[in-house]
Amino acid sequence: MSTDHTIFEDRDVSSEPSPGLDSDLPGDDTLRGTDYYALGDTDGSPVFNVTGGDWDDLVDEATALHEERIVVNMGPQHPSTHGVLRLILELDAETVTEARAGIGYLHTGIEKNMEFRTWVQGVTFCTRMDYLTPMFQEAAYCLAVEKLLGITDQIPERASIIRVLMMELTRINSHLVCIGTGGMEMGATTVMTVGFRERERILRVFEQVTGLRMNMAYIRPGGVSQDLPHGALDHITTIVGELRRGIHELEMLLAENPLLKGRTKGVGYLDLTGCIALSITGPVLRSTGLPHDLRKSEPYCGYETYDFDVITRTGADAYDRLMIRILEMFESLKIVEQCVERLRTTGGPVMVEDKKIAWPAQLSVGSDGQGNSLDHIREIMGTSMESLIHHFKLVTEGFRVPPGQVYVAVESAKGELGVHLVSDGGTRPYRAHFRDPSFNNLQAVAAMCEGSMVADVIVAVASIDPVMGGVDR
Amino acid sequence: MSDDTTTPAGTDSGELWSTDVSRDVATDTTPVQVGERRGMFGATRGQDTTGYGGLRTPILFPGASERPYGSYFDEVADTLAAALPSDGYGTAVERVVVDRGEMTLFVRREHLLAIARALRDDPALRFEVCTGVSGVHFLAEAGRELHAIYHLLSITHNRRVRLEVTAPDADPHIPSVVAIWPGADWHERETWDMFGIIFDGHPALTRILMPDDWPGHPQRKDYPLGGIPVEYKGGTVPPPDQRRSYN
Repeated sequence: MSTDHTIFEDRDVSSEPSPGLDSDLPGDDTLRGTDYYALGDTDGSPVFNVTGGDWDDLVDEATALHEERIVVNMGPQHPSTHGVLRLILELDAETVTEARAGIGYLHTGIEKNMEFRTWVQGVTFCTRMDYLTPMFQEAAYCLAVEKLLGITDQIPERASIIRVLMMELTRINSHLVCIGTGGMEMGATTVMTVGFRERERILRVFEQVTGLRMNMAYIRPGGVSQDLPHGALDHITTIVGELRRGIHELEMLLAENPLLKGRTKGVGYLDLTGCIALSITGPVLRSTGLPHDLRKSEPYCGYETYDFDVITRTGADAYDRLMIRILEMFESLKIVEQCVERLRTTGGPVMVEDKKIAWPAQLSVGSDGQGNSLDHIREIMGTSMESLIHHFKLVTEGFRVPPGQVYVAVESAKGELGVHLVSDGGTRPYRAHFRDPSFNNLQAVAAMCEGSMVADVIVAVASIDPVMGGVDR
Repeated sequence: MSDDTTTPAGTDSGELWSTDVSRDVATDTTPVQVGERRGMFGATRGQDTTGYGGLRTPILFPGASERPYGSYFDEVADTLAAALPSDGYGTAVERVVVDRGEMTLFVRREHLLAIARALRDDPALRFEVCTGVSGVHFLAEAGRELHAIYHLLSITHNRRVRLEVTAPDADPHIPSVVAIWPGADWHERETWDMFGIIFDGHPALTRILMPDDWPGHPQRKDYPLGGIPVEYKGGTVPPPDQRRSYN
């Protein structure tokens, strides 16, 4: 006999309106629930919906119209669109005459949700935006919170080194997926398998250090959530060598590959003027020859003390962006090695001293890969009443942040990731806005694709490296 | 508490509100009140620390900064003043706030385009990149509820500056900067989508993240978060906006 008293009741919700379609909310009632495709705003042109059936029948039907100009909706469900991106292409035979990107299919209201959680809980939300670069969102957000609190210079050195280490591993992780999926979209499955094989090594480090492979919420306002576990540095040293070999394998596979060069050289061209006009940053901007990198121009987390180069090329096309990403991974490995070296000699805490911000004791990953640290439990339950009170207040209530606004930008794998935070002095952000590089860079689709062939659209979009989780937030 | 946050501020808290409308915002360095925070605990005024009396705290943002601003900010302000027609700076820039090492120019919306053009084109300013447009909704700031915030970057001089433009809820119009920074296109669409700020002159101001037929603007403070209670093992967890908060 079960002792579970939970009652699961089937409720008929079909008659209840969706909360988003609440008629009490302001808005244009006449448009509610309208099917736009039935409105006739296609100017009387015939509409073909591909939802199964025989492809040849559809082609016969379309060609019977003797219409050369055709508008194609590529996506939002298409294997080559990096998630749920909808590309609206106007075609003249195989040439793209107009290209527009339709986004918003992955909007999850993260920024609104963050206004209803404490400052620390915000990390758990923003890490899920661009799911390939979680550490960059976390770092940018935490740097912004620290700037609002005015504790930027109190962050322990060890915490900053760990942040740099994790960010650079994340950069390699993101670039590997970009190159891997980009290769797959062009039909090169080996590039994909090599890319994901190498990425797996990085994810193992993330799992060892944070307990999670993605969406780690590892960087926290004031430092990082826990110190590196025993053996992590040796593990990282091992994988740096392996990664270097793996990335070199990718380079050998791609750099002088005539098929790849044929598909990417001169494709998705966007020169410096175009990049600046559209505020494009990251590898796309650097492929025009401008060495703009926030790690050099506005260093944070001590980047000015690391030895690395900013990679630029001058072709301004998909091939050069690909090569920039490959070479940037080698630069990131250089930084990772320097971090490991420093971490071997730099001890100390990984969280600020301020007991009104930091938890009473550090957590750690247990043998099961998750859970509390026994030291922490002992500290708050057995040793110190003060710690228990602080722990309780910090977890339930959170800390207060003085009113004001800040903008902090970091160089993410895709470009400038900016965080605009506004505090009203309370325990929650008044407004958190993320300037995601993919969101901005995706505006270049029209400039890169118009006038090219349909097949080049895939390559051009892949060279922007958009991740819809970050674009739509 | 959620029912507190929806109460129009300023109705019964006269002493918290600055009623002095004659203050000169351009030079007054006293903090500017943009609203009022209510919640439990965290009292910094008065004797009541239980929270049950309904604590009220004014939200004070930094007031105008005094010269010298420090860093490159003086140079930016001077160059901008020189680039504009005589007294253009004084009428266009409401006040300058330097806070936490960042410079904010509060610009009157009718002068936004002139300021933006000068900031982009003057060789000594050269803010060639507008990294984004963000919105903030201050429900209680009468006549200036909606704020559009532009973050500008000069790669040439490695500088940043922030423009802040306000509009009342009743007339949510701000001129579009897309003609000056084409990259602001999607950012302005997002700010329209989320806050309902109408950017006049934008080539295609349509929703971008929400569906085309969505009613309301979700990031406004009077728009509910939504959500349903979650039942787990007989207990019920209310949706996030109805949970107890200690703000």
